Amino acid sequence: MNMPFYVSPEQVMQDKAEYARKGVSRGKSSVTLEFQDGVVLMAENTSSLSKIGEIYDRIAFAGVGKFSEFDQLRKIGVRYADTKGYSYSREDVRGKALANAYSQAIGDVFTREMKPLEVEVIVAEVGETSLAGHERNAIYRIQFDGSISDHQGYCVIGGAADDLNEMLRGDYRADMSLGDALQLGRRALQRASDGQPQVSPENLEVCVLDRNRPGRKFTRLSTDELRESLGSD
Amino acid sequence: MQIGGKYQGSSFSEHLAVDHPQLVPDWSRLAVHFDSSKLPHGTTVLALKYSDGVIVAGDRLATEGNRVASRDIEKVFATDSHSLMAIAGAAGPAIEMARIMRIELEHYEKIEGEALELDGKANKLSQMIRQNLPAAMQGLVVIPLFAGFDLRRQTGRLWKFDVTGGRYEEAEFEATGSGGLYARESLKKSHSHDIAKETGLKIAIQALTDAADEDRATGGVDLQRGIYPIVDFCTEGGVERATDSEIETIYRAIIGGGS
Repeated sequence: MNMPFYVSPEQVMQDKAEYARKGVSRGKSSVTLEFQDGVVLMAENTSSLSKIGEIYDRIAFAGVGKFSEFDQLRKIGVRYADTKGYSYSREDVRGKALANAYSQAIGDVFTREMKPLEVEVIVAEVGETSLAGHERNAIYRIQFDGSISDHQGYCVIGGAADDLNEMLRGDYRADMSLGDALQLGRRALQRASDGQPQVSPENLEVCVLDRNRPGRKFTRLSTDELRESLGSD
Repeated sequence: MQIGGKYQGSSFSEHLAVDHPQLVPDWSRLAVHFDSSKLPHGTTVLALKYSDGVIVAGDRLATEGNRVASRDIEKVFATDSHSLMAIAGAAGPAIEMARIMRIELEHYEKIEGEALELDGKANKLSQMIRQNLPAAMQGLVVIPLFAGFDLRRQTGRLWKFDVTGGRYEEAEFEATGSGGLYARESLKKSHSHDIAKETGLKIAIQALTDAADEDRATGGVDLQRGIYPIVDFCTEGGVERATDSEIETIYRAIIGGGS
C-alpha cells in the first residue's frame, strides 16, 4: 500500500511564508507618507512599468514584489472600485473595504494554492475635509499571507520594510510639506538601496493623493516636477 | 467580500457584462406597447467648434409627452478631462449611458495607464448606442453628441450618431433633439470657421433661444426662474463651464438688441 507523503501543516505554511518573503525582499522598497495636503507614495523604479497606481477618487495603490502579480491585484482593485462606485455612490468606495478585499484574496491564495503571491501592497486613502466622517487619511498594508495592518503617518513595504519603518518612526513628523515628505521618502529609499549611487529623480516613481484637487485626487509627478521639489542635491 | 472575476480586459462595460451581468442596464424588456413618451425626454443639445476647441450646450427642459418633466435637468456631461457628451432622447437611458461612458473612460485610463484617443472614445460610445438598439426599437431612443479636444491633433472635434451606432464626424457644428433642426438652422447662419470664445458662446445661446422659440419642448433661457442652459467649453486645458451670469448677460443682449 502506498502511504501518502506527510508534511505537517505548520511546515507547509512555514515553507510558503519563507518562499514569499524571499520573493518580496528581492524587489525594491516602497514608501507611503502622509503630509499636510494628503498622502504621497514613492518607489525606486528604473523601469517604465508602474508600481504605484490610481484606484479611485481618493484611493491609491502601491505594490512590491513580483510585478505581474501585484499589477494584477491593482487591476482587480480598479474593477472592484469602479463597480462599487457604479452600483452605489462614489463616496461609498472606501480604502478599508478594498484593503479587506485584498487581504481576503491574498490570504486565500496563500492557504489554497501551492505557490503564494510574492507581493506586498499598500492601499492609501486621502481624507476629504468636506465630508463628515471621511476626513482622515488611511494607510493599509497587506502582506503575502493576507495579514492586514493599518498605519498612521507612514508605512514602508518591501525587503527593507522593518529597517525603514524603524527609521521613519524617528524621523517622521506630522503635517510636513510635500517637499519635506519627498526628501524624507528619498532618504529612506536611499538607505534601502545602500551601496547604490544616489537615488535620483529619474529613478523615482512618485504619486500624490492631493486633498485639494477636485474629484480625482491622484496625480503622478513628472521627473521635472520631482527635480524641482527635491532641489538640486 | 470576494474580488476578482473572469474578465481581464480594460473595458468597464465588458467587465460588467462578464462578471456582474445583473448590473448591466437593460431596457429591452420593456413591453412593446409601453408608451415611451410617458418617460422624461431631453430635448435640444448642440456642439460647435471654435478657435480653442469645442463648445457643447444644452437647454434644461425635460418633457413627458406634452408635460414638463423637469425644468432643470442637465444634458451636458464631461466624460473625462478632455471630452464632453450631450444627450437627447429618453432621459433615463441617456443619463445612464453618459454615466457608464464616464466610468468607462476613467476605467480604461486607470487600467492601461493612459487615456484613450479621442477617436477611441467616440468609437466606444458608438458601441454603447448600438447595444441600446433593442430598447431604441421600443421607443427609448438615445442620440448623443460627442465632442472633445484631440490632444494629438491639437484641435476640437465633434461627432453625431444615429440610432444604430452610426458615427459621423462633423466639421463645424451639429445639433440634435426635438429642437435640433432649429438650432442647426440658427448655427448655419451664425457659425464660421475659427470664431472666438465669446462669439461661440453667443451663437450657442442664440441657437438654443431660436430652438426654444420654435420647439415647445425646448427650454431656452428662463429668466423668471433663473434657469440657464448649460454651456461647456473643452480646450487643451480641459473642460470649463460658462457661468449663469455670463449667459444671462449674453441672453439679455440677444433679446434686447435683436442680434
